[in-house]
Amino acid sequence: MFSGYDFDVIQRSLPYLFREGMTFTLTLTALAMAGGIFFGTLLAMMRLSRFPLLNLPAGAYVNIMRSVPLVLVIFWFYFLVPYIAAWIIGAPRPVAVGAFLSCVITFMMFEAAYYCEIMRAGIQSIPRGQVQAGSALGLNYWQTMGTIVLPQAFRNMTPVLLTQTIILFQDTSLVYVISVTDFLGAASKIANRDYRLVEMYTFAAVVYFVISFSLSLVVKRLQAKMAIIR
Amino acid sequence: MAMIEIKDVSKWYGSFQVLANCSTTVDKGEVVVVCGPSGSGKSTLIKAVNGLEPFQKGNISVDGVSLTAKDTNLSKLRSRIGMVFQNFELFPHLSITENLTLGQIKVLGRPKDEAVTRGLKLLDRVGLIEQKDKYPGQLSGGQQQRVAIARALSMDPIAMLFDEPTSALDPEMINEVLDVMVQLAQEGMTMMVVTHEMGFAKKVAHRVIFMDKGEIVEDATKDDFFGKPRSERAVQFLSKILQH
Repeated sequence: MFSGYDFDVIQRSLPYLFREGMTFTLTLTALAMAGGIFFGTLLAMMRLSRFPLLNLPAGAYVNIMRSVPLVLVIFWFYFLVPYIAAWIIGAPRPVAVGAFLSCVITFMMFEAAYYCEIMRAGIQSIPRGQVQAGSALGLNYWQTMGTIVLPQAFRNMTPVLLTQTIILFQDTSLVYVISVTDFLGAASKIANRDYRLVEMYTFAAVVYFVISFSLSLVVKRLQAKMAIIR
Repeated sequence: MAMIEIKDVSKWYGSFQVLANCSTTVDKGEVVVVCGPSGSGKSTLIKAVNGLEPFQKGNISVDGVSLTAKDTNLSKLRSRIGMVFQNFELFPHLSITENLTLGQIKVLGRPKDEAVTRGLKLLDRVGLIEQKDKYPGQLSGGQQQRVAIARALSMDPIAMLFDEPTSALDPEMINEVLDVMVQLAQEGMTMMVVTHEMGFAKKVAHRVIFMDKGEIVEDATKDDFFGKPRSERAVQFLSKILQH
């Protein structure tokens, strides 16, 4: 039944697939996760603030980002950001941002909205008495957040944050719409060049599955290990 | 000399009044017990003293520093007032030693080794030195509350506030906490204690404040309060909790 297929193409293209494609995918995932969690945490703190000047814009941002398809955001950033950047700095023509940087910014901003909601739940899961105990010791807002609330929130939320990161890892494949060579992009290029669509797309699916599934097993083990004794 | 001065303090949650024109003072070295039925506003009042519960009317000053004045550094003032909570509120992700040193290092700016020395000395004083490397979740409620008292003392407070320190404890653990508090009172610490432990009040309190429905109904010396309470409500309250 496999007579018409040539699975050798996979082996021949392995260096290209992994050295170029997977490196891009993993770098993008790591940067988007780090930036997303950082900005997401700030957004969560803003959303939980009692000042409307902070919580309203943060809420609007998160709701907009979560209501727009990722592909659209990728497109939008890629084609519009050069013009906006030019407008902001007053340059006469669009600023060349580059595909990679554009992807990194897009995913950071998009994922920040999702990480924000996770961190918001994490912060809210810390009893109010903990904050009061911090205040009673004389800690200010940032000290209380930094030493008492956020460390506990991160710990409680690590499994969910990692699960979101697995989703992010899969979503990075959408950068193919702006013709970037991520793992799927690399596979797709070979597939079209050699006309080996079935082989390449099957292989790509298997690789995504193996990585995502083993990561989710890691998350499961972590979950049992991390729980704080109360 | 008045250490804590509470003047005409009122607080509302929406239209519901939780504190109604409360006024009293706690002198330096004085131990004042605040009691009353649940919902009478005693926890709110004690949390108002270090600004954890904001209030709409009146003023509180501690050691001459007004809580409501605009130029008051509230964090700094709080660092000088020790507070012990009903639910201990130790930081579960930090070891006992770290719980004892966090405030000293971050707020008072003490070097780490000095903070550890001070913290462990107080931990030894509450009889828990061998627990120094454990985490709060590994300790019993009574032990956690004693650590919480040591944590508050590690900041070298000018006064201590206790918000029902024994009401979340199993009966057999209440005394170990009360013993620490009695010792503290006998050393001359200024204390304001919300509690139902009338034995503690009889033993070390100088004054007893009785609250009901957000009002300070009775503010009397210990002997007057237990000997000849003047208000009807205090008499009823005492008869209910002292009959066993």
